[in-house]
Amino acid sequence: MVSPETPAIEIVKLVSHYGERKILHEIDMTVAQGEIMVIMGGSGSGKSTLLRHLLGLNRPTSGSVKLLGQDITRISAQEMFALRRQMGVSFQGGALFNSMSVAENVALPLREHTELDENTIQIMARMKLEVVNLNGFEDLMPSELSGGMLKRAALARAIALDPRLLFFDEPSAGLDPVASVELDELILNLQEAMGMSIVVVTHELESAFKIADRITVLDQGHILLTGTVEEVRGSDHPRIVSLLQRQPRRDEVDGDAYLQRLTRELA
Amino acid sequence: MLNLIRTPLAAVEWVGSQTAKFGNEIGYASALLFESLYWLMLGHWRNQPVRISAVFKEAVEVGVRAIPIVCIACFATGTMLAMQGIHTLRQFGADSQVVVGIAYSVSREFAPLITGIFVAGRTGSAVAARIGTMTVSQEIDALRVIGVNPVRYLVAPLLIALMFTMPCLTVLANLVAMLGGALYCLAALGMPVEVFFDRSFAALTTDDLLGGIYKSVAFAMLIAIIGAVNGFQVKSGAEGVGRATTRSVVLCIVSIILADMLVTGFLSR
Repeated sequence: MVSPETPAIEIVKLVSHYGERKILHEIDMTVAQGEIMVIMGGSGSGKSTLLRHLLGLNRPTSGSVKLLGQDITRISAQEMFALRRQMGVSFQGGALFNSMSVAENVALPLREHTELDENTIQIMARMKLEVVNLNGFEDLMPSELSGGMLKRAALARAIALDPRLLFFDEPSAGLDPVASVELDELILNLQEAMGMSIVVVTHELESAFKIADRITVLDQGHILLTGTVEEVRGSDHPRIVSLLQRQPRRDEVDGDAYLQRLTRELA
Repeated sequence: MLNLIRTPLAAVEWVGSQTAKFGNEIGYASALLFESLYWLMLGHWRNQPVRISAVFKEAVEVGVRAIPIVCIACFATGTMLAMQGIHTLRQFGADSQVVVGIAYSVSREFAPLITGIFVAGRTGSAVAARIGTMTVSQEIDALRVIGVNPVRYLVAPLLIALMFTMPCLTVLANLVAMLGGALYCLAALGMPVEVFFDRSFAALTTDDLLGGIYKSVAFAMLIAIIGAVNGFQVKSGAEGVGRATTRSVVLCIVSIILADMLVTGFLSR
């Protein structure tokens, strides 16, 4: 269907605004099939917005986002629905449906996209929970799970349809170091077993360096660098260096602009 | 507010921006209503089926579970109408004519209105809180990335469930309110209950009852859509959910009363 050379993801000149403010400045990014791409950046860098565009949740001002060769800013609702089947997403807080049990959560994509009978759906949901080491937790409600279990349950739901594209929003946020490392291992194992392309958005350096094939560093809506782990580590760009060494930003202060900000709308 | 005092121009601007906001919200609500109706009719052929099981689940939640509270409220209303009616009509020596008064006012006005207000209080708040919480916790985003249209999944079943259960609740409310009136008439005037109902049914026409039923369908749409609009507009955290919930109930009740006035004016012309 999609030839192996087609990039899994291809973003061209993506521009996005939030109200008047420009969040993303002509972003270009390509993710090959089977690659793990980590999008890294501090808060306010635009990485969450970029992810929302990749998921088709926001409409860009201009530019195109191609997933598996299809431009999601142009395709019809029907084509998008078909494409959704190839995508899995694990949100930051898990975003499990609180009114459903864990197994029901994992089963929902199967119910919506397949005509399988009830027993098969149950078995497949259990298989996916088995993959993320949550066997025996089918009947619990999301509110009864710990933070790490929530993320793994969300991952089980994300891989319910064996997607070709998997997206993670801040996989290690809110987890203790051990749970975070376990989740990283799980991501790597999954990629190896299923060969899907994975995009991870994170600000955690350790986790990024561990799982990434390539890293894209975003800062204030611009891509600073796209490269392998070594290239990012070796970069001498001041903003990347300060991100790696956890130094605070030291932007030049413009005296006039500062004064103008303080006094605006008073006159 | 400070700005309003400072310059009259700011007041004009404020009125303008509020009007624009109001217009926007009406537009959004209409779009939501049409989208829900669209999925109800065509969803099955657009990969977005509105599932019968979801509709029944909502119907139990918003309809069946509202029965006790609607019964209590309508029984009390019927009794109260009988008390006030007898008190008023006694001055003309026509206290047994109270039956017709109760029958008309209950079926044309009070049964749909009281039902509407109580369902608004239960469901208008619950829907806004549920959708608002789901927005905050990214569950709405999760639905969308799975390929589930949130309006089809959350609003359409609720809308159709309310549109079917509200008329049923209203019929029940009619009977219970008249029972309340009948029991009071039995106690105060010694009028047998069956005489009360015989006279009521003799006085009522189909149009009287249908007017109440039409109203209840309109109220059902208002409650579902206003609840959903407020839920989807939540931007931030628990505080936002709380504010949306309150706003939803208040708007539901106000709009029900206004719609009631309009429909009554229209039907009694």
